Amino acid sequence: MRKLTFWQRLYLPEILRGMLVTTRHFWINVLRQRHTITQQYPEMPTFVSERYRGRHRLTRKEDGSPRCTACMLCATSCPALCIHIVAAEHSDPMVEKHPASFTIDELRCVFCGLCVEACPCDAIRMDTGIFALAAEKRENFIYPRELLLGDAVPKNIAEGKAPAQ
Amino acid sequence: MAKKLTIDGKEITARDDATIIQAAHEAGIVIPHYCYHPKLSVAGNCRMCLIELEGRPKLEISCNTPVADDMVVYTNSPKVVEGRRGVLEFLLINHPLDCPICDQAGECGLQDYYMSYGLYQSRFQEEKVHGRKVVDFGPDVVFDSERCILCTRCVRFCDEVTHTNELGIFERGDTAQIATFPGKQLDNPYAGNTVDICPVGALTSKDFRFKIRVWFLQETPSVCPGCARGCNTSVHHHDGRVYRLKPRRNDEVNDTWMCDAGRFGYKSLHENRLLQAAMRNDEGELASAPMQEALASAADLLRDRDPAAIAVLAAPQGTNEDCYLLARLTAEVLPGCQVVVTAGEPGDEDDFLLRADKNPNTRGAQDMGLPAPASPDALADMAAAIEAGNIEVLVAVDVDLKAAFGAETFARLAENLGGLIVQGSTAHPGCEAAQVLLPSAAYVERHGTFTNFQGRIQRINAAFAPPGASQPAWRIYRRLANLLGADWNYPNHEAVWADIADTVPGYGVDYAAIGDQGYHASSES
Repeated sequence: MRKLTFWQRLYLPEILRGMLVTTRHFWINVLRQRHTITQQYPEMPTFVSERYRGRHRLTRKEDGSPRCTACMLCATSCPALCIHIVAAEHSDPMVEKHPASFTIDELRCVFCGLCVEACPCDAIRMDTGIFALAAEKRENFIYPRELLLGDAVPKNIAEGKAPAQ
Repeated sequence: MAKKLTIDGKEITARDDATIIQAAHEAGIVIPHYCYHPKLSVAGNCRMCLIELEGRPKLEISCNTPVADDMVVYTNSPKVVEGRRGVLEFLLINHPLDCPICDQAGECGLQDYYMSYGLYQSRFQEEKVHGRKVVDFGPDVVFDSERCILCTRCVRFCDEVTHTNELGIFERGDTAQIATFPGKQLDNPYAGNTVDICPVGALTSKDFRFKIRVWFLQETPSVCPGCARGCNTSVHHHDGRVYRLKPRRNDEVNDTWMCDAGRFGYKSLHENRLLQAAMRNDEGELASAPMQEALASAADLLRDRDPAAIAVLAAPQGTNEDCYLLARLTAEVLPGCQVVVTAGEPGDEDDFLLRADKNPNTRGAQDMGLPAPASPDALADMAAAIEAGNIEVLVAVDVDLKAAFGAETFARLAENLGGLIVQGSTAHPGCEAAQVLLPSAAYVERHGTFTNFQGRIQRINAAFAPPGASQPAWRIYRRLANLLGADWNYPNHEAVWADIADTVPGYGVDYAAIGDQGYHASSES
C-alpha cells in the first residue's frame, strides 16, 4: 500500500474538494432541471424508446375486426407458453378462421418479443410503451382479447368472476 | 422372375409388375409425389415424381413407368431437380398461400416439397385465380378449391375403394375443380379417408378443424377398439388429450383406411370417465376412496363366499393381458364362479372393414380362457339366478349393465344383489348401483395386445398416463387376486405377456416381436 503524504493524511482538503463537487451538482439540479439525469417518475412521464417491448396489443383490420387469424404461430414461438388461443370458424368463408378467444398471461410473459416476430399478419405488437402492469389479483394479469384490442372489458371478466377465455 | 435395375447407383431387385416409384420406395429411396398412392390406381397427373432414365431424352414419371431389367434411374440428377422445381412452381401458381389459417400446415405436401425441392422466388405477377372456399362436402369434410392441386386421390378413393362415386372433376383448365355430383354428399362411412389422403389442405375434417395446430400433436401407434377388425391407427394427442385418429398402414388388416365410426371413437375417451375408485361409506353412499381401500372392500365381498354365488359379467373390451388375468382370477382364485361374456348389440357390417362385433378383443378373450360371447338367454338366466338369490355378488367388467339386462330388470337385480363390483373406464349406466367402483385405464393410456377377428395379435401403446386413479385392468385383477390370497407377481404388462406366450397356443411370440404390424400365428411361422 502506497504511503499517504502529509496533506492526504490531513483529510480535510480532500473532503472539501468532494463537497465542492456535490455542491456544484446540487445547484445544477436546482437551477437547470432540464439537464438533470434523475427522472421524476411517476409524477412526470418517462421516455420510452420506439423499440421498447411493452405490453402487447392486438391490431385491427381496416374494417375494425381483429387482424389475428388464430394461426397460433405466436403461441408456438412463445418460450413462456403464455399465449392461449381458441380458434373458431368465421362466418365469412373468405376469413375462415378467427380467434374466439385470445389471452396472454402477462405474469408468465418474459417480454421477449418472439410472438411479434412470428406473427405473419402484424396482428400482435408490443409497441404500447406500457411497462408498469399492475393488478390486485393474479387473475387480472390474464389479459383477454378485449383488453389487448383496447376494447371495454366485459364486467364479469374484469372483476375476475369469469375466467378470461 | 424379378427385375434388376439401378436407382441412384444402387442395385435393386424389384417385383415384375412394380413401377419405378414402388421399387424405389421399397428400397428406401424417396421420390416426391402427390397423386400416387400405393392403394389407388395410377393417375399420373401431378408430375411430381419425375425421374431421369438413362437413354431417354425426356423425364419420365416414376409412378407409371414399369421397371425393366438393366434400367438405370436417377432420382436426383440436376435435370430431375430442375424439372421437379418447375412442376412445383406450376402447382403453386394459383395457391392462395393461406397457410396461417390452413389446417394442413405442418403436414402439407406443398410445404414439405417447397422446402426440399422448391425454394424459388415467386415469378408470378398476375392475379391468382380464386376458387370456392369452405365448401361443404358432407358431414365431416370441407373443401377448399383454391388449395386443391387436382391430384384426384379423393375422386379415385370414392370410385375404387368405396365404389360410391360421389366426387368428380368439373370444368376445365384453371377453373377445373373437384366437386360432389349434383344431389350427392360425401357421406359414405369411409369419407374421412379422403381428408387423410389429400396431400394438401383442400379437404379438411370438420371435426378436427381449428382444434389444434398439427405440430403440437404427438403420435402413438395403436389399434382401433371400435370393432373386431382392429384397424391399425395412429393416435394424435397433446397434453393428455386425443385430438384425432389416423389410419396406419397394415396390408393384412386395413390397408391404409379406417371407417368414420372408428375415427370418431376417440371422443368417448374424454367423456363420462371413471376417474376415482369408489365404495359405500358408513351412510351407504357411494363415495370416492383410495384404490387400495376400494380393492380391499371388493376383496371382502368376494372372500369366504361360495364361488357359485359369484358371477362375472364381462365385455370383451379388455386386452389379452386383462382377459388372461381375469380368466386366471375366475378359474384359480374363485374356482366355480360363473363367467359370462357379453358382446353387446351387433352393429353395422360390410364387406370392407366394418365388423358387426363391436368389441376389439372377442377372439382374444376366448383364446385367453374366457367363454365365448353368451346369447341373450344366458343373460336372462343370470338375471333369474340373481333374483332367486343364487348369485349374491356380481362383478361387471366394461359392461353397460342397464343395456345388458334392461333398465327395469337391472333396477330389480340391484336390490337383490349382495354386492356389485363394477370395473371399467367409462361410467356406464348402472354403475351408480355398485358397492365398489374400480376405474381402469382406456386403451390409449396403457400398453397391451388385442387379437382381431382374423386372429392377428396387435399391440396398443400408452400415449399418456391414465387420468385420476385409473390403472390398467390387469393390475386391478392382480391386486385383487393377491388380496384374495394368491401370490401373483407381474411387475408389468410384458410379464403378463410372457406368461401368455408360454401357456396359450398360438401366442408364443416375444412381446417386442409383435411390433407395429401385429403377429399372426398361422401366417408367420
